[in-house]
Amino acid sequence: MHAIEKILAKAAGKEKVNTGEIVKAKVDFAEVNDIYLQTIYSFYEMGGKEVWDKDKLCFVFDHYAPAPTIRSAQNHKEMRQFARQQGLTNHFDVNAGVCHQVMPEAGHVWPGMILVATDSHTTTHGAFGAFGTGVGATDMATIMISGEIWFRVPEIIKIEINGNLKPGVMAKDVILHILGQLGADVAVYKAIEFCGSYVEELDVAERMVICNMAVEMGAKTAYMVPNHKVLQYIRARSSHIFAVPETDEDFQYAASYLFEVDELLPQVALPHSVENVVPINEVEQVRVDQAFIGACTGGRVEDIEAAVNILRGKKISPNTRLVIIPASNEVFLTANKRGYIKELVDAGATFSTPGCGPCLGAHQGVLAPGEVCVTASNRNFPGRMGSTEAEVYLASPATVAAGALKGVLSDPRSEQEGVK
Amino acid sequence: MKKMITGSAFLFGDNIDTDQIYPGRYLELVKPDEVAAHCLEGADPSFVKKMTSGDVVVAGRNFGCGSSREHAVITLAHAGVGVLIAESFARIFYRNAINLGLPLLVCPRITGRVKEGDIVEVDLHGGLVKNHTTSEEIQGEKLSDYMLEILQSGGIKPLFKKLTADM
Ligand code: SF4
Repeated sequence: MHAIEKILAKAAGKEKVNTGEIVKAKVDFAEVNDIYLQTIYSFYEMGGKEVWDKDKLCFVFDHYAPAPTIRSAQNHKEMRQFARQQGLTNHFDVNAGVCHQVMPEAGHVWPGMILVATDSHTTTHGAFGAFGTGVGATDMATIMISGEIWFRVPEIIKIEINGNLKPGVMAKDVILHILGQLGADVAVYKAIEFCGSYVEELDVAERMVICNMAVEMGAKTAYMVPNHKVLQYIRARSSHIFAVPETDEDFQYAASYLFEVDELLPQVALPHSVENVVPINEVEQVRVDQAFIGACTGGRVEDIEAAVNILRGKKISPNTRLVIIPASNEVFLTANKRGYIKELVDAGATFSTPGCGPCLGAHQGVLAPGEVCVTASNRNFPGRMGSTEAEVYLASPATVAAGALKGVLSDPRSEQEGVK
Repeated sequence: MKKMITGSAFLFGDNIDTDQIYPGRYLELVKPDEVAAHCLEGADPSFVKKMTSGDVVVAGRNFGCGSSREHAVITLAHAGVGVLIAESFARIFYRNAINLGLPLLVCPRITGRVKEGDIVEVDLHGGLVKNHTTSEEIQGEKLSDYMLEILQSGGIKPLFKKLTADM
């Protein structure tokens, strides 16, 4: 069996599971974000009275933090009331950050667990060796009542990534390249394991970037074997006792793909699809009205640092605005301590408080018709960041910073300090 | 859930994501009739005006990809879409549709066999699409018994209500 299958088997109380089988799995931790007030209505509608476990369910207010409209304020208000009434022991209000950053930071993610959230990017937590997957409101309401959910045991595909990146090339470029090669539906109903020499050495933040965007290939979940950096990160934050499940040697993958990244150039996904990916040197001159660094893909300290390395002591183009939103308050404070916030504000950046912000076109920098944005977030569908007539280019935080500096989409390698 | 669903077809392409089905800027709306007013607005702003209840949405690969928002299903169901047919559906969207009782059919050979405005009939039990305009029959994938049971109950909520009543 694969490690993913072992996680499902354990959660279903079974010795063994087979591909295609439907199992009922116990959920170790569940998270509801602030788009999903509906979960509460559905919970009561289905006859729910008390949530199955007060310690295993939390709300994170991130998409509308702090509330930009009366409607979203009302949604927050009703969710807060429910959390209090039910006595939930964990709650992350508008001062926390994006759920996928906040949960691991708070020690709620560990290898071998089942993590379910009302957000498609829950695949992110494969970075920690967890089975993370997204569901809708009704599925979540059934979990809130029963603590269980049905899953179809997925086919598992292997994506092996080998080599070392050139300076100025980031994990985001790797996953964009893979998406461009394999397409947005290569893993629909399937799980993806990322492995290879590149993955084995990756830092926590970079692992999260790659697993985050697995869902853009349709994946149900993503998985990486936890490395020592991940284990260190978790032990510093969680007292949970866990065993890391191991894939049996004779396991057969449904498909395998191999990528060598030594020669990879910075990549860009052109409007309006995540699979529309080309290397930066094939992009014609593109004006940049707004550059965005943030979200659960590109809002960590490492991403902000990549921007500092390009913008230190310089000014962004007068024709461009650079919006930066740290993924969490912890990220915000660390970046502040290291002096990054000041350096970037001096360079002309606009900071907003942690949350999703313009990633989903909610607030804090939405786009007008005809505007062009280059972003470190993960989706460029029409209307994703505001007007359906705006154009969104996905890139690494370094490429975003270079675009802000020049006012046109640019190769970050020519702008980075010490990189030739 | 009706066994046979007949309506006129509206065509959509590959990778119609949930932002096109239900743009993110309306996510704070909660009431189903308000949500229904923006159905497929990101892909075709005039869709809601053109369609009538019971009509059929026919799409290519990976329909419903993107975010997990259930609004995408609520908007289609409450706008009155009778059934969705696509070459493939994104996983969370598929689950949401079944859970909320919106019929859907995976039909890998559908593209090119139905034109906008064709009258199509879907037999969910048999997984069969009949194009009455061209008299062609196209076989899709049958739903598993588990999914059919949820759909027949009108979604997972009525099933769960029974469960909590026994608790
Ligand atoms: S940052 Fe963007 S992609 Fe991530 S959870 Fe928020 S809206 Fe979704």
